[in-house]
Amino acid sequence: MDFRDIEPLTVLRRALPAPEITRRQFVKLTTLAGTGLTLGAVLPGCSAQSGATASDGLVMPFVHIDPDDTVTVICKQLEAGQGVWTGLPAIVAEELDAAWSQMRVLDAPAKVPMYGNLAFNPKGLIQGTGGSTSVANSWMQLRHAGATARAMLVAAATRRWGVPRNEITVSKGVVLHQPSGRTASFGALAGSAAQLPVPSRVSLKDPSQFTLIGRKHLPRLDARAKSYGKERYAIDVMLPGMMTAVVLRPRRFGAKVAAFDASRAKAHPGVVDVVEIPSGVAVVARDTWSAWKGRDLLKVDWDESDAEKRGTAQLLEYFRRLAGSKDALTAVARGDVDAALAGARQRIDADFEFPYLAHAPMETLTAVCRLSPDHCEIWAGCQFQTIDQANAAKATGLKPRQVAINTLAAGGTFGRRANFPSDYIVEVASIAKATGGRYPVRLIWTREDDIEHGRYRPLNVHRISAGVSTDGKVALRQRVVGQSIMAGAPWGAPRGVDPTAVEGNAADEYDLENVSISWSDPKVGIPVLWWRSVGHSHMAFSKEVIIDELAEAAGRDPVEFRLALLGTHPRQAAVLRLAAEKAGWGRPFPRGNGRGRGVAVHKSFNSVVAQVAEVTVSGNDITVERVVCAVDCGIAVTPGVIEAQMQSGIGYGLSAALWGAITLTDGRVDQSNFDNYRVVRINEMPKIEVYIVPSMEAPTGVGEPGTPPIAPAVANAVRAATGIRLRRLPFDLAAARREQKT
Amino acid sequence: MSIELTVNGQSRSLEVAPDTPLLWALRDHLALTGTKFGCGMSLCGACTVHVDGQPIRSCITPVAAVIGTHITTIEGLSTPAGRAVQQAWVELNVPQCGYCQSGQIMSAAALLATNPRPTDADIDGAMAGNICRCATYVRIRKAIHRAAASLTASGAR
Repeated sequence: MDFRDIEPLTVLRRALPAPEITRRQFVKLTTLAGTGLTLGAVLPGCSAQSGATASDGLVMPFVHIDPDDTVTVICKQLEAGQGVWTGLPAIVAEELDAAWSQMRVLDAPAKVPMYGNLAFNPKGLIQGTGGSTSVANSWMQLRHAGATARAMLVAAATRRWGVPRNEITVSKGVVLHQPSGRTASFGALAGSAAQLPVPSRVSLKDPSQFTLIGRKHLPRLDARAKSYGKERYAIDVMLPGMMTAVVLRPRRFGAKVAAFDASRAKAHPGVVDVVEIPSGVAVVARDTWSAWKGRDLLKVDWDESDAEKRGTAQLLEYFRRLAGSKDALTAVARGDVDAALAGARQRIDADFEFPYLAHAPMETLTAVCRLSPDHCEIWAGCQFQTIDQANAAKATGLKPRQVAINTLAAGGTFGRRANFPSDYIVEVASIAKATGGRYPVRLIWTREDDIEHGRYRPLNVHRISAGVSTDGKVALRQRVVGQSIMAGAPWGAPRGVDPTAVEGNAADEYDLENVSISWSDPKVGIPVLWWRSVGHSHMAFSKEVIIDELAEAAGRDPVEFRLALLGTHPRQAAVLRLAAEKAGWGRPFPRGNGRGRGVAVHKSFNSVVAQVAEVTVSGNDITVERVVCAVDCGIAVTPGVIEAQMQSGIGYGLSAALWGAITLTDGRVDQSNFDNYRVVRINEMPKIEVYIVPSMEAPTGVGEPGTPPIAPAVANAVRAATGIRLRRLPFDLAAARREQKT
Repeated sequence: MSIELTVNGQSRSLEVAPDTPLLWALRDHLALTGTKFGCGMSLCGACTVHVDGQPIRSCITPVAAVIGTHITTIEGLSTPAGRAVQQAWVELNVPQCGYCQSGQIMSAAALLATNPRPTDADIDGAMAGNICRCATYVRIRKAIHRAAASLTASGAR
């Protein structure tokens, strides 16, 4: 992929503030882009006519070099904890030969195709973060950006010193002419470099020359601000005259406001407005506490005629019925599964069930909106910048270009902030519109709002028939029943199978000659969304547990059995071998006292992760003691971030495996806060070892791939410890014991 | 009504209802936004601040209950233990999304103020009230041990 094919090289001109505040997201790059010089249309020598002065430094779409030596990387991806504010600057710094200490990062404005995600759309028409694509889609783009800036600095030094280009070297932020001993910092050359033509071609480093990329410890650029309470999230935005809003939403999905009585709410001190918006009724007040108190006093009659009124029990009954019906679309059909199953030496028929799951990021959904008749400005941890921009425009009756998006650090997302209707962005924009733009509005969701009004990981039922032949060949038929996530896409529902519903299935991940995967799309009025690892969050579980069951049925070691099915998947085989070796799989595991060990391997988002989990079962309580994790994510750009993301994915997946469930009674969500939506705490976090497979391949994602293998690895360990198979999430060992005794 | 609080060593006067949780008084009225909202029910610890040196959950503590006390937020954390914890947090790249970290740090600083060499079990006991959805727990544990070691080395508490 060539940088110049992606976008016209547009040069932004902007005097950056002092380094301490360079990474402040309130700077409106959008407007500055308009005053800049479009280099794609400028001939060499013409750049001096742009009005640029040497004091501005070098300003390019992804890299700004200031006269004070600060190098700022413009980050088009949302930082939500996954480390893009460190990983993306590392890519630029590597090709630029900058010193890590001079690197800063600044969030990009909403602007496509310049800041589009090339994995979402090759032309960069959608700006957003997800699918563990941040490093992968920025890799070549940012390497070119860094190399281009470096070439311009070298060209400026060449001119200044009158020496041949090939005698100049760059290292750690210093440009050096070795023969004469002359040196210059980036900042000293940046202004002159900006006057030079942008080279049409630059050479990139061979990965063997990397010095920053792959460094074991690279300080995170956001560690200090986040350790001193100085990072600014949407909830921290304070604008003059700003009011705070909360929204009362219906307890049943699909219900609408029929009528409301705001008299008591309005009488509460501090409440300034009560307005109806599409999702409910908003109470606006001078501070958060007054808004909450006001909301408690609000009386709303809901029209529930179109609301979803079924509970989890009825939905599961419906899903199980669909699992046995012919009402399905074929995702994969290979060989003759019926014949292979009929001839199998051992056969297993099993249902797997997965609940709805809330994302529950630590920062609940929050956004700030300032609206004037011809302009709307949004501050939020935006994960879908251009979709949010379009939706905010629609909600306010403006054009997308009249909506400025200020992306801030998000206090976690796990997928929640990337949703097609931009639910919370539309809410804040609608409140601003309904209150006439009289004041800036900050919308805060309470934790109860977050849990009860989520967009959940879809409820799923998998019905599997699998068999293993005498020669170890596996045949598998799987019906997946779960709502489509992509059905809500603005560009229309997928034709045929929603790929996110069946991703990471056994047909894709193992060598199976006879396999059939089909999908039924149930009609349910509960909103669904990607939840860290999306379809892999359930598909990996049933696949890795059924494979384990088949290995056991065949009397084979679970690692050896898998390796025999991974002949055409060498990356998976290598990662599985590494995890097994590091976990001491070849050595006997001391059983007894409720101890057990289990394994799982799964490829998702082009990365492969294998985990060996060691558990202790006491009564019906499962304690995960240790997890050994191996990962192949191509070139390890920032190994520390990768290790953190593996730990993070394990902790997140473990919460769901042990306790996570959103259930409904008569259409109302039963859970509300962390007391009944339990998550892993420090005393429940296992010891984790992470091993990264050395690679020279282009980097792939790490935000999600750590999550899928943990639940099946633990379930397989529990089987080893107790003889009980866990096929339903979250794990309920007592229920499984009862069922498997009868 | 007007309420007087002592926050980070300064006397501050606020016009808030006495039942207003300290969290919202700090954030909305004193612009001390380093203290975070996570649950509103004392379940997650994101709102942890020190009242007379003790860690408390500001989301369920009414301002009326802390009149006459010394309140310390992340912005005013300056004890040796607090500084050692923050230093260790930065050195070990503890934060991911970072949202819970003010609360984690306030809990950790309070632990080290009374227990200079905590065991893993002590850390579990003091930190189990602080949720991190990014699961930075492995590094939190390591950073507390590192801060403890640096405090011992410097002879400070």
